[in-house]
Amino acid sequence: MTSMAARLLAAPEEHSSNPLIPHTYELVVGIFAFAVVFFVVGRMLIPRIQKTLAERTDAIEGGIKRAEEAQAEAQALQKRYTEQLEEARRDAARLREEAREQAAQIKAELREEAQAEARRLVEAAHAQIEADRQAAFAQLRTEIGRLSTDLAGRIVGESLEDEARQSRIVDRFLDELESPNAQAVR
Amino acid sequence: MNALTVLAPPADQFGAPTPEELFNLPPIIPGVEWFTKPVLLALLSAVFVIGICWAAFANPKVVPRGVQNVVEYGYMFVRDQVARPFLGKDADRWMGLLVTLFFMVLVWNLMGVVPILQFPVASHIAFPAVLALSIYVLKVYLGMKHQGAWGYFKNMMFPPGLPKPIYLLLSPIEFLSNLIIAPFTHAVRLFANMFAGHMLLAFFSMVGFWFLFEKLSPLGAPIGVVGVVMTIILTGFEMFIQFLQAFLFAMLAAMYIGGSLHAEH
Repeated sequence: MTSMAARLLAAPEEHSSNPLIPHTYELVVGIFAFAVVFFVVGRMLIPRIQKTLAERTDAIEGGIKRAEEAQAEAQALQKRYTEQLEEARRDAARLREEAREQAAQIKAELREEAQAEARRLVEAAHAQIEADRQAAFAQLRTEIGRLSTDLAGRIVGESLEDEARQSRIVDRFLDELESPNAQAVR
Repeated sequence: MNALTVLAPPADQFGAPTPEELFNLPPIIPGVEWFTKPVLLALLSAVFVIGICWAAFANPKVVPRGVQNVVEYGYMFVRDQVARPFLGKDADRWMGLLVTLFFMVLVWNLMGVVPILQFPVASHIAFPAVLALSIYVLKVYLGMKHQGAWGYFKNMMFPPGLPKPIYLLLSPIEFLSNLIIAPFTHAVRLFANMFAGHMLLAFFSMVGFWFLFEKLSPLGAPIGVVGVVMTIILTGFEMFIQFLQAFLFAMLAAMYIGGSLHAEH
């Protein structure tokens, strides 16, 4: 189509020797070539590469943005970990302190209890001893009374049958016995 | 080179190549008048640009690989050096046009140093002219659309904040330079650079060919060596110029578009 037009246009054309005068057929070929290249390259291909370049810019910027986000996240994470670690350390220290206090308290309590127990035992022992002594003393008293009356009866030959008299004698004897030599008896 | 040697003067003297020989090329297929070498190369360049851009950008990957890397580098160059400085936030909207312009002109130019092909397409003014004309139409259209038909001319010819008499001088100059000279220079700058570059390369390569192969003589040989060395050096230089002109062409286009989108003054 264009070539036919060019031929038609070229037909009356002479090869002019003036280089500033364009050949008509060259004008036609030139505009044809330019139009075709412009249509294919300028209209079809350049938009594609522009789209790709925009995608590339997006990808690079997106990558940078993603990297920044990841870095920020990592920093936040690190901060959180550090905080947690710090808190854990504080907790551990606190627990240790508490444990130490509790141990001291327990020790003190135990000691207190042991002392109380010891005191109680000692007191119980004292009471027991006192009771035993009282019992022994009481028993001894009656025993001594009986023995001495028996002895005295045998020596004197006198029956000391009368209970009242008998015990009065014993008591008096014992009182006499106790008064000068109380310390010795006890 | 065959054409050059055939067209060389019949005498035993060295004749510098004329523009006529270098640029007025016969049709490749006799009888098909329009199908000349520049036309073929212009179409080949278009196919090449489409091919390489298709290979790179048809299924672009977020992580570029292979040819996408290379062409993306070109895209980045156009975006950062051409579009953004002149269009700012509008840059992305115009990247299609600017990449097309840059790659197209670059490949057209580089055809001048590709072995065997060796003809910069842009050295035929028709090719820069159609590009410059397209940009010119776009520039005026955008200017009227964004600044209003009257506003466009007002902003162009009567920038505010100058003493009144200055406008007498300034307005015609601005009008001329913006609407008449600018598109012309836009096209001619590229064309003339490629034209002159091709002449230079052809001249030195013909010197080398003539004095070392066609008429080898003890006195001529050093001149031939100079011709070959200069051809090599100038080929490198030409590649730089070809790149620079493609860059400049796209940059001016971006500048014109940017100027139309927003009043410059």
